[in-house]
Amino acid sequence: MSTRPHRFQIFWDRAGMLVVFALLFAGCSVFVKGFFQPVNMESILLSVSTIGIISCTMLFCLAAGAFDLSVGSTVACTGVITAVVINHTGSVPAGIAAGLGAGALVGLVNGLLIARAGINALIATLATMQVVRGLGYKVTGGKSVGVINESFFQLGNAYFLRLPVPIWICLGCFLLFGFLISRTTFGRNTLALGGNPEAARLAGIATVRLQVIIFTLQGAIAALAGIVLCSRMTSGQPMVAQGLELDVISACVLGGVSLTGGVGQMSHVIAGVLIMGTVRNAMNLLNLQTFDQMVASGLILLAAVAFDRLKQRGAGR
Amino acid sequence: MPSRLTFHAVAKEFPGVRALDDVSFAAEGGQVHALMGENGAGKSTLLKILSGAYAPTRGTVEIDGHPQAFRGTADAIAAGVAVIYQELFLVPGMSVAENLFLGHLPARHGVINRSRLLADARRHLAWIGEEIDPDLPVGHLPIAQRQLVEIAKALSRGARVIAFDEPTSSLSAREVERLFAVIRELRARGHVILYVTHRMDEVFAICDAVTVLRDGRHIRTFATLAGLTVDEIVRQMVGRDLKNVFNHTPRPLGPPALEVGAITGPGLSAPVTLQVAAGEIVGMFGLVGAGRSELLRLIYGAVPPTGGTIRLDGRDASLATPRDAINRGLVFCPEDRKRDGIVSVASVAENINLSARRHQAAGGLVLNRRWERTNAEQQVAALAIKTASLDTAIGYLSGGNQQKAILARWLSEQVRVILLDEPTRGIDVGARSEIYTIIQRLAASGVGVLFVSSELPEVLGLADRVLVMRGGALSAEFARTEATEERVLKAALPATT
Repeated sequence: MSTRPHRFQIFWDRAGMLVVFALLFAGCSVFVKGFFQPVNMESILLSVSTIGIISCTMLFCLAAGAFDLSVGSTVACTGVITAVVINHTGSVPAGIAAGLGAGALVGLVNGLLIARAGINALIATLATMQVVRGLGYKVTGGKSVGVINESFFQLGNAYFLRLPVPIWICLGCFLLFGFLISRTTFGRNTLALGGNPEAARLAGIATVRLQVIIFTLQGAIAALAGIVLCSRMTSGQPMVAQGLELDVISACVLGGVSLTGGVGQMSHVIAGVLIMGTVRNAMNLLNLQTFDQMVASGLILLAAVAFDRLKQRGAGR
Repeated sequence: MPSRLTFHAVAKEFPGVRALDDVSFAAEGGQVHALMGENGAGKSTLLKILSGAYAPTRGTVEIDGHPQAFRGTADAIAAGVAVIYQELFLVPGMSVAENLFLGHLPARHGVINRSRLLADARRHLAWIGEEIDPDLPVGHLPIAQRQLVEIAKALSRGARVIAFDEPTSSLSAREVERLFAVIRELRARGHVILYVTHRMDEVFAICDAVTVLRDGRHIRTFATLAGLTVDEIVRQMVGRDLKNVFNHTPRPLGPPALEVGAITGPGLSAPVTLQVAAGEIVGMFGLVGAGRSELLRLIYGAVPPTGGTIRLDGRDASLATPRDAINRGLVFCPEDRKRDGIVSVASVAENINLSARRHQAAGGLVLNRRWERTNAEQQVAALAIKTASLDTAIGYLSGGNQQKAILARWLSEQVRVILLDEPTRGIDVGARSEIYTIIQRLAASGVGVLFVSSELPEVLGLADRVLVMRGGALSAEFARTEATEERVLKAALPATT
């Protein structure tokens, strides 16, 4: 057993999947027609912006040894709430605040159920996933709600420095949560909690509070993604983002975030999100049928996890 | 014909530890053979070798004159060995009958023959003399009956050598009688019975021979109990002088740093009151299960006490959580480092800085990276933590170095009182003396130390004062000069009835 982490090992841990992404990107650029075009690059980034935003906080959930299945429902429900509130009040800020508040509330409930009541994260968020999805439908009676106030559409459709705003929001989240996980007590305590909850507690970390904060943030960020999506679609739609939670978790795992907790870096998440976006885009350009795409996505996820196992065995864990 | 179990120069070495050192003795069939020794004397290791869970480094186990080379527990079972542990290996959700024949259920083409299963089960349960419904899930039975099921299970597999590991620790007096009746029946059948216990009264009640282990070595086997006294056995269990490795130097004691007043809670049978002065090292001895770890956890707030007071440096401190305790200068090193101490996937530096970093972080949030680096470097140097780098995952380090890293975590804080639970458990001899030195240095700097240990020499060598726990309550207190191995051990052993 080697005790010295080799320089290459450290680099590989941190950036291995980014290298995989770079190779994939290069391969697609050469072999897939129409891939390496500015317009296509923009469309890749835009297509993963929703997953990218949510995976930032999912990283915290996974690092803490939990996960959150309710984010897809939260995206839909908060989008609907935002649309309804804007139409009722005529105020975009009020709508956004309502959406964010609702998302944070869902997260808070998840956090309390898991950390306080001790309910397994799978069950707790599976339950809230259904409750919140149902509430989204109830608010509108099952229909979509078109937003009347057109200034709201800026959020999802305007360009800033030649890139759509959702991409900038996603980048902002990457930076913010990347900083939080690696450079703050909040992030390090999260990793300690996921690595060994009892040791973290005995070392004076307020583990219950920490979990509640993580899930509340997760809810608020899912709401942010929901509001942006609502703006892009110019309407709140209660049926959107079905299965999004699994895409988000897939992206994180694809990038090398451990499902057992204690290990996770923002570079992993970014790599996972970009790989996912690139593969989907390439498959579209190659005119693969939807069903084939699903099969391919599943296989790629399995391959990524197998690759990660191999990497961990290499590290002797 | 009675069976015979012989250990021939059995040795077991783990990296850095010699758990068993050339142990040789024989246990005759038709006898109950007591195996005695302090915690860490090697009894458990010997049982694990007998059960096939460990392979001996050297030496052989012989049954009826045939040398055995168990490659796993299945081999040992096939050879007729059964070890009944304190925690029973039964599947709670499955029925008694299914548990009895787990792994070889009577079946045809994979379909279980239920009537034969129940009939066989009744036959095996009949002779242990207890009315147990073979169809009942094991989880519904009281512990005593589960134990009998475990014995029936062993016999159904043709066990001739049966070892019991402290079988009475959770039984009532009546249940003990029931168990003894079964054991006598086993003895009458000529089986070899190995009986591990701390209870002297049980030795004299049911055993025919006694073997004493100490520090992994065979000390003595008494072939008969005639003329043997409790004192003589205790003397064989301790009998050594290791005090000089501790370099005990008297320190001036300050005012009380920790005052625990009538604390109560899970694991304690009576309120506990104790004091630790600034600069004092208090050692707490007791057998496994005496409530020592539970007491430390209650003081630390890791488990909320149900009553009592805690004062630190003469001021009332209500400690609801470990975080409160740390903020008041009270810290705790747990016994099971892997489970409760380290975050094994995180780096050495992370583990050291885990707690104290919050004082240094800007706004309590943004890490002070220069301080983190410097502190980790200083601690690693000061405590001589052997690690390839600060970024090495702490799981790769030896037990001693992991323990030093946890100490470093607390030395990074403003410590007034430190609680240590088995500070040298699983740590090799070299690192042990370093940890003793760190503890003594802490005390010399005015920190109050309360440590729990199952090793008498450690308690006697390190402590200025010795407390003894027994059955969830304090049973004795000795000044350093009064504390002898015999006195302390006697205070820890269950009262002879």
